Amino acid sequence: MLVNEATKNAAPDTAPFEPKIVAFCCNWCSYAGADGAGTARKHYPANVKIIKVPCSGRVNPLFVLRAFQKGADGVILCGCHPGDCHYMTGNYYTRRRLTLLMGMLDYLGVARDRLRVAWVSASEGARFAEVMNGFTAHIASLGENVKLRDMRCRK
Amino acid sequence: MQKIEELMREKAAALLQDGTADCVLAWRRGEFPYDHATAVFHTGEELEELTYDCFCPANLAKYLIQTSRAGQKAAVFLKPCDTYGVNQLLKDHRIRRDLVHAVGTPCGGMLDIRKIRAAGCRGIVAIEDRGGDVAVTCAGGPVTLPRAAVLLRKCLACKGNDYKIADEEIGAKQAVPQAPADRFAEVEAIEAMTPEGRFAFWQQELSRCIRCNACRDVCPACSCEQCIFDHPGSGADGKAYADASQEALFHVIRAFHVAGRCTGCGECGRVCPEGIRLDLLNGKFAKDINTCFGPYQPGEDAETPAPQFTFRPGDPDPDTAVRNEDRRDGHA
Repeated sequence: MLVNEATKNAAPDTAPFEPKIVAFCCNWCSYAGADGAGTARKHYPANVKIIKVPCSGRVNPLFVLRAFQKGADGVILCGCHPGDCHYMTGNYYTRRRLTLLMGMLDYLGVARDRLRVAWVSASEGARFAEVMNGFTAHIASLGENVKLRDMRCRK
Repeated sequence: MQKIEELMREKAAALLQDGTADCVLAWRRGEFPYDHATAVFHTGEELEELTYDCFCPANLAKYLIQTSRAGQKAAVFLKPCDTYGVNQLLKDHRIRRDLVHAVGTPCGGMLDIRKIRAAGCRGIVAIEDRGGDVAVTCAGGPVTLPRAAVLLRKCLACKGNDYKIADEEIGAKQAVPQAPADRFAEVEAIEAMTPEGRFAFWQQELSRCIRCNACRDVCPACSCEQCIFDHPGSGADGKAYADASQEALFHVIRAFHVAGRCTGCGECGRVCPEGIRLDLLNGKFAKDINTCFGPYQPGEDAETPAPQFTFRPGDPDPDTAVRNEDRRDGHA
């Protein structure tokens, strides 16, 4: 049986859905961007849990799968803009890996829409907040992540 | 085929005799005409059992890891498609070139016993590959099947009859089974489904997995000494789980581990006792690598860097590279 996410989320008696969002942010650009958003008093939702990584290249695609598996409703990976990596080339490799991962998630019919890659520099505090607001609203509209947790055991 | 078998025995005996090889990797005659096993031969006497016909689909490349580690010089018989696996292992630094003596062995396509059985053959006594068709002697009488209908799936998308690595070749090259089918036709067919359709398809496939790990064990690209799926502390080992999602991702993780290194030999799909189309997971990565990062065939040679170990500044962004018709917002 295919689990229908929309039906599952339509339960009327539940509290408003609060998505859990994991954001992998590179130390040099995006995490500093998050700092910048705070300093500039730009609001972004508390649903976003940031995991700081030394470089977006540190993010093994399996981290993303693990986050989904453990109950994340959305995962966003933020790094320096291509060409601006603190380690010169880290984000170029990430870009390739995430392209493959996204393609696979799309292919499996799961969660592709729940994964996003955004390049945010240290000076882009406002953009960081904007990206997070947009992504959180988007995930909230998608509802709870069910499919990735339901690939094998049919319910 | 009989003649090639004789040539192989002579060649193996000569290689063992003159010290070129400490052991020979080949196939041993099975109990039935269709269940030949892989084997290591150390002496000339053992070579009596060496066999080669249209039921030797197994790729021997992976055994080279053990022989290389043991410091043994191994002569190995390689069908054209197996040579890709050897190149990939060389590229991955899993085997030593100086300990490998590769013997190119002609192949005209391997047959699928499951397809032969599915065609109604029961109590099979003998099978003769006659080129255009296959004569099966069953307990109930002879049956003739068109060869194209009982070829292994991987042979339908044959990569050609060139050896990508060979110290010597024996026999004459054979013609590839038929006009090679488009490797990615089936991947494209799944891509063309709706997201719900794709999810249902994969749920149907992956739900059958019994976690026997045969796909991992047979894969020439899956060559870690210690596999994360064997590690008791990894949270990803074993067979039965309380948490369903851990099982679900086994195949995705495995496919990702071999992405860019999978030569497309199709062995994972062949050995799966549940007939899960694992080749379609690997095929998706191969297709995406080709379309997003440029044409690349793992195992074509032992030098070209793998697509995930290199980059181009102009690579597409993940969000734009991945076709996505079910996108619901206008994020650029």
